[in-house]
Amino acid sequence: MAQEHRTMICITCPRGCTLDVTVEGKTVVKVAGNNCQRGVDYAMAEVTDPRRMVTTTVRVKGGVHPLVPVYTEKPIPKPQIFALLAEARKVELTAPVKFGDIVMENVLGTGINVLASRNIPLKSKAP
Amino acid sequence: MLKQKYDVIVVGAGPAGLAAAIGAKKTGAQDVLVIERAQELGGILQQCIHNGFGLETFKKDLPGPAYAQRFIDELTSLHIDTLLDAMVLDVTSERHVSATSQWSGYVELDARALVLAMGCRERTRAQIALPGTRPAGVYTAGTAQRFVNMEGFMPGKQYVILGSGDIGMIMARRLTFEGAKVERVLEIMPFLTGLTRNYVQCLQDFDIPLQLEHTVKRIIGNERVEAIESVQVDDHRQPIPGTEEVIPCDTLLLSIGLIPENELSRKAGVALDPVTGGPFVDERMQTNVPGIFAAGNVVHVYDLVDWVTEAGLLCGRSAAQHAIAERKHAGRRVRMKGGDNVRYVVPHVLDKESLAESRQRLQMRVTTPIEAPVWVEVMNGDERIVRKADLYARPGEMVSIDIPQSAYDAVQRASELTVRVVRR
Repeated sequence: MAQEHRTMICITCPRGCTLDVTVEGKTVVKVAGNNCQRGVDYAMAEVTDPRRMVTTTVRVKGGVHPLVPVYTEKPIPKPQIFALLAEARKVELTAPVKFGDIVMENVLGTGINVLASRNIPLKSKAP
Repeated sequence: MLKQKYDVIVVGAGPAGLAAAIGAKKTGAQDVLVIERAQELGGILQQCIHNGFGLETFKKDLPGPAYAQRFIDELTSLHIDTLLDAMVLDVTSERHVSATSQWSGYVELDARALVLAMGCRERTRAQIALPGTRPAGVYTAGTAQRFVNMEGFMPGKQYVILGSGDIGMIMARRLTFEGAKVERVLEIMPFLTGLTRNYVQCLQDFDIPLQLEHTVKRIIGNERVEAIESVQVDDHRQPIPGTEEVIPCDTLLLSIGLIPENELSRKAGVALDPVTGGPFVDERMQTNVPGIFAAGNVVHVYDLVDWVTEAGLLCGRSAAQHAIAERKHAGRRVRMKGGDNVRYVVPHVLDKESLAESRQRLQMRVTTPIEAPVWVEVMNGDERIVRKADLYARPGEMVSIDIPQSAYDAVQRASELTVRVVRR
């Protein structure tokens, strides 16, 4: 099978290594330009099943802010990003919210939870 | 309840300030206070809801608020005092801090060591003198970030972003997530000014076009932005005529750099480096003013929060060491005071340990003449430390007395010594 060269930039850490990835069909044959194993893992995933961490906000009632930031505990498949965002728009929590609370369980059947990124305490009265 | 004097006062509760306060407390500073302008701790991290924080510090990929939450929790468990929703009005080179808030009213506090952690501000339209009309719809990227991520409203529907800094690229993705259209990211330099990974995961992933060597020539629109005119620039960043393009949009975001915020530093007499815009610091993050330290974006603009945390911890440790040394030194000092018929005493302050080295001479002048034999007496309250006899005392002639080394133990018990000249 014909080999194909793809240039990609590893996004795992801020170093941002430029990878020269040799691909045969859907198989990664060789990765060059990486400084650590994570570069290889990233290239493999990018060719077979590209994933991204997704962060957004959901509404919260009665808290110090009207929104609570949330994040996927693991990267989710890239094609599902906008479906996840649509699901997040339907959610409304009630304060208090605690950092690490599960906001959406097994979102879109990915087996991945969406968690609260911070505490949202109850809005208190002025002093 | 605020104390009047703290070992360490930290101005600013962003990542640098939080780390400095924690570092100071863990190093042994007794009372630590953090003064913060916002209503909550965490600084800019609270609006940076994207991930990528903590890869160095925690070996984890955390969102900004989650990164901040870890430090907030630690700060709370260490019983560090906080004053929120507060404005520091003035700081002096003697570390006297004036602040005001609706919780405390106007307060004046003293610190044995002061940490400046005010962070930085975004450059605005005025600083790059963008031509055109002045309609609504021109925001800094950070302002838009706060609106979208914390306050829950969108500044517009169709965007152009000027500047390829990290906040600009991250906002391009965020606005796309919220249903907006980002038409273009323009960068005047021939290279990306933010991280390459952000180009990939924020722009490339969502087909948002980036144009290098392009800038905004003018803003179009009266009430509201209707379009911007972009233009290509040459090697000297001068517009190339004929390359103009009108890009319809209702909002222009500016991601054109950050400036360390050092108004308070200046008031305290802290010298600033014209290149960084922040204080000159030594390897302990101490400024040119003894006892005043600085950390984080107030010193220079960082790329990663992990390095800000590192600088904050170091700065906090140094501040605590300074405060502890100061406190120890203060406990060793005894004030000298003029008593009966003594106008003043020099030296004003005596280091108790100095008696371990040698006797210490006190000099003074009397208020009124006594033409008869007198005692010159050094008293700790009712306890006499030492006395000597003189034949008379006259204001025109200086009087002196030595505290002998044998008085070492007696002097240790004193916080103040009074000298008097009385009739024998």
